[in-house]
Amino acid sequence: MNTSDYRPLDVQAIREDFPIFTDSSFAYLDSAASTQTPRPVVEAMDAYYDTYRSNIHRGIYRISEEATDQYEKARQKVAQLINAQRTSQVVFTRNTTESINLVAYSWGSMNIHQGDEIILTVLEHHSNLVPWQMLAQRTGATLRFLEITEQGLLDFTQLHDILSEKTKLIAITHVSNVLGTINPIQSVIDAAHAAGAKVMVDAAQSVPHFHVDVQQLDCDFLAFSGHKMCGPTGVGVLYGKLELLEEMPPFLGGGSMIRSVDRDISTYADVPAKFEAGTPSIAEAIGLGRAVDYITQAGLASIHVHEQELLKHAHQQLQDIEGITIYGPEPHQKAGVISFNLDGIHPHDVAGILDTYNVAIRAGHHCAQPLMKKFDVIATARASFYLYNTIEDIDRLCDGLRYAQTIMIRRNK
Amino acid sequence: MNIYQEELLDHYENPSNYGTLPEPDISHEEDNPLCGDKIRMDLLVDGDTIKEVRFCGHGCTISLAAASMLTEKIQGKSLEEVKQLTRDDIMDMIGIPLGPVRVKCALLALKVLKAGAYGIKGWPGEEDE
Ligand SMILES: Cc1ncc(COP(=O)(O)O)c(C=O)c1O
Repeated sequence: MNTSDYRPLDVQAIREDFPIFTDSSFAYLDSAASTQTPRPVVEAMDAYYDTYRSNIHRGIYRISEEATDQYEKARQKVAQLINAQRTSQVVFTRNTTESINLVAYSWGSMNIHQGDEIILTVLEHHSNLVPWQMLAQRTGATLRFLEITEQGLLDFTQLHDILSEKTKLIAITHVSNVLGTINPIQSVIDAAHAAGAKVMVDAAQSVPHFHVDVQQLDCDFLAFSGHKMCGPTGVGVLYGKLELLEEMPPFLGGGSMIRSVDRDISTYADVPAKFEAGTPSIAEAIGLGRAVDYITQAGLASIHVHEQELLKHAHQQLQDIEGITIYGPEPHQKAGVISFNLDGIHPHDVAGILDTYNVAIRAGHHCAQPLMKKFDVIATARASFYLYNTIEDIDRLCDGLRYAQTIMIRRNK
Repeated sequence: MNIYQEELLDHYENPSNYGTLPEPDISHEEDNPLCGDKIRMDLLVDGDTIKEVRFCGHGCTISLAAASMLTEKIQGKSLEEVKQLTRDDIMDMIGIPLGPVRVKCALLALKVLKAGAYGIKGWPGEEDE
């Protein structure tokens, strides 16, 4: 991992950018679901609404040119963040889910046929599973799954057994949103390419937290969401290799994605416009551009180191709690996510009691039911961290868990 | 108000009518897709009257306590009365305000009951009127 821009985070200064943390006793530990928004991001969107709101790519007047310019600058910032060769390889979508569906429909319909195989992992979020199930049903292709080890690490050795000339695609999450596992996607991509398969990376939980370099990885597609990286909801990203994006048919038809339209036939615009039919989320894209500035100013290496410190502290403190089971690998093999259960207390109750204690965590299947089944649990509680979290947040979580135990396990003693 | 009150916790720890019936007239099970909680309801019915009821399953405090309270409430009632039970009745029974996710936990037992007895699908309060 590139740590060249490492400098310690000034977490207190960062927290001042987030009005929601004015209440310093509030421990927000659900950033894997969606992050909080810093003022500069909201201000960038306000500036659009207050001073140059208009549609893009159309108006021959000053504020429309300004809006177009800011929208395209946001695209440049995203392209730089992931080190895309060209800005046009960044397609704005609504979220990771839409990005993956775009590939499944457009690339999938052209390239996946009866008898072909798509390899996934049991760690996938439903959004990197269901679109491939739908594609397999449409085309008669087969899904194959990579399993995980007891420790929650991808069983990479298995890949060589199931990878074959039938494999057309591997769709894999970079970081598990449930276990935090960081997958060895470089090795997966290299192995896939050696076998002639393409790779779609679900980067929803990686791009916000550490450096991801699409040229170095050489991945074919990569998807992530603005709302998990200090940006607004309603904007996401699809990165693709240029030659793939160029040969793919459009996903949605309509305005903005055409070059010229006749009654019976149209010619399509170049990428990325070909995939951005209709008026996009303009303010949100501009907000995402500002969010990219925000997290790069803090420094992705610094964010990663900070999250590692929080994670180590959390593992140490949580392990001391009686009756806790922590799922997934050790801190150094994962990102800032920790899934657990307390003996005898349903995770909904854990989250419900923590809420009364001013601690926000997630409880449920985390849109990863196959993984829950693998661990033979219905649901887990999950705490996840970002650049604004503190050691105090984690201590509050641990106090809250002990409090939950005093409420729920009173009489069994 | 704290949702973890004595009354709910009592029902959670010592649920009423927990178990199954050997030969139920009506037996139905469903889960809450949001969290995977699962509840089964067994009924013995004489004419229109509910003679016996049992529930079992797994879930959080709210879903199990609500199921336990509901079985107490419907014992001896007519199926027609059960059909009239609404989301508001369950909320009154629970007696504390719940957020939208936890409301589903509270309503799961009634949903199972109505689906089993009348084939009514959907969440109480969200069916087509
Ligand atoms: C790993 C992973 N993939 C995909 C998604 C879906 O993201 P979105 O809901 O923004 O499309 C999430 C969000 O929870 C995620 O954690």
